Amino acid sequence: MKSWKYPALWLTVGVVLAGGLIPVITGSKIMRESMFLILMAVTMASSLNILLGYAGYVSFGHIVFFGLGGYVGFYLIAEQGWNLIPAALAGGLASGVLALLLGIALLRLRGAYFALATIGINEAMRTFINNFNLFGGPIGMELNFIVYQDYGGAANMQWLTYWLMFGVTIIAVLMSYGVKFSRFGLGLMSIREDEDAAMAMGIHTPKVKTMAYILSAILPGIIGVIFFFRNSSVQPAGAFRLHRSIEMIVMVMLGGQGTVQGPLVGAALYEALRSYLLTSPLFKDLQLAIAGVLLLLIILFVPSGVIGWLRHRFKGLWRVLE
Amino acid sequence: MEQLFASLADGLLIGFVYGLAAMGLTLIFGVMDVINLGHGPIIALGMFGVFFFAGSTGWGLNPYLALVIVAVLGLIFGMIMYFVAVHRVLNAPHLSSLLSTFSVNMMIIGVGTALFTTSPRNLEFSLGSLQLGPVNLLGTRVMAALIAVLVTAVLYVFLYRTQPGKAIRAVANNRDAAELMGIPSTKMLALSFGLGTMLAAIAGGLIATFFSFNILAGGVYELKSFVIVVLGGLGNPTGALIGGLILGAMEGVVPTFMPVSWVPVIEFVLFVVILLVRPTGLLGGR
Repeated sequence: MKSWKYPALWLTVGVVLAGGLIPVITGSKIMRESMFLILMAVTMASSLNILLGYAGYVSFGHIVFFGLGGYVGFYLIAEQGWNLIPAALAGGLASGVLALLLGIALLRLRGAYFALATIGINEAMRTFINNFNLFGGPIGMELNFIVYQDYGGAANMQWLTYWLMFGVTIIAVLMSYGVKFSRFGLGLMSIREDEDAAMAMGIHTPKVKTMAYILSAILPGIIGVIFFFRNSSVQPAGAFRLHRSIEMIVMVMLGGQGTVQGPLVGAALYEALRSYLLTSPLFKDLQLAIAGVLLLLIILFVPSGVIGWLRHRFKGLWRVLE
Repeated sequence: MEQLFASLADGLLIGFVYGLAAMGLTLIFGVMDVINLGHGPIIALGMFGVFFFAGSTGWGLNPYLALVIVAVLGLIFGMIMYFVAVHRVLNAPHLSSLLSTFSVNMMIIGVGTALFTTSPRNLEFSLGSLQLGPVNLLGTRVMAALIAVLVTAVLYVFLYRTQPGKAIRAVANNRDAAELMGIPSTKMLALSFGLGTMLAAIAGGLIATFFSFNILAGGVYELKSFVIVVLGGLGNPTGALIGGLILGAMEGVVPTFMPVSWVPVIEFVLFVVILLVRPTGLLGGR
């Protein structure tokens, strides 16, 4: 691929690189913590965007992949003594397999039925893990801090997990771009526009949709492991919080669904706004309500998101903004 | 065996209330194809409404009188919500209406948490109990079931025997055709949205008479409503009531032979399986 011909790709990767390197250059730990959350949000939103933005399927329970992957990886580290990296890959694999199984079954449903079913899957998984003694039931699992010695102590571990998250985010953005401009991505977008027509044009829609579902599940599984490893504990309520799923959708919507840079912009804006509201004494208690008002305003007045709006407003930017 | 009967009867009584809440959700879906994700917080508002009008720290009215006020407020709230959050996205893809109703959910929870905190509330209220053979039933639950049945009956009379009720059904059937027949479809849509939230608020108010609650309590009943609605078929009010009874009976009976924490697992697995195998619900035809 002659990548230099694609300014949008360079802009996107450049922004992620620049953002991700700020804490490394300044060495600021506070900056690192907030950037960690932003990178995580970008990965989640970009992954979800493959299903939501490209294929037009609304997954309301996408957090199930984050939670399940995180649980599987955490179990392997805490109980089986695995190293973080193979455990993270195993977490991604577990999420991918779950998506494969769910994809075969669920993707026959369309519209609201699919959205409802994904909520059901997340709740079924959360209540099941709550009863699953191998994973610690309702109490969850904790990591013995001695484990961090293998990664050069707790301070070093935090930088290590930061770099891992950084790497995963770059993969997420590249994947998001790669999918959009592939034959596969075009297939997804034709499904979004009209699934029956896509089928008539010879697209094997069940296979393509399941592929998209799997792709959108793997990275959330991996970062689930990184996140819970860094947190040193995991509980069912924190891992499968339906609210987080919807925040992911809000990020995608805010930035612009179906665009590569949308989830990036949306995730960064949303995380920045949330941390501002959480720390401001005036809005602290009303944080959720303000986010709700913002969400409603976007849906009613800017349904195509920031990137979509810019593309529409300034036609000259079409090559740069994708 | 007696234990089983007692828990079954208890479950069925609560099942009527679940059914009522689910009916609100299914009515809105049936008329305008919108899944109201603000359903849970509206149930919670119903609880707080009864607490405010009937609680010892509030006006101290009779809870069932308070319920009437809550019903009226629920209707008005729903109509306002329709015009603010739903009307503009009615013809947009599903995602828009799901998110716009969810934004109302966030607003209610956000403001509610700031005003009431999340500490549990309790309505000090009792109607004694009723002894039927070996089965002992709490008065408040019997009353709640009776009210749920009454509200359902009134809803049916309204939908099938009155002019606005028929207009709502016409709009549900075919909005354009109804419009051509001179039915003001926007008003009817707002009214049916208001009726849906009204049912949710009444269900919440009834629940408040026998369970403790906080502002987040509606979420559980919202998820239960989803399960019930799918059991009975999306958009089918009778199905919702029967689905509510099935769920209530399950919640009563299942804990007698396995740990109570497995109940939600069974509920949600059932939910997903029914969506896959019979998306039209157990009662639904084609």
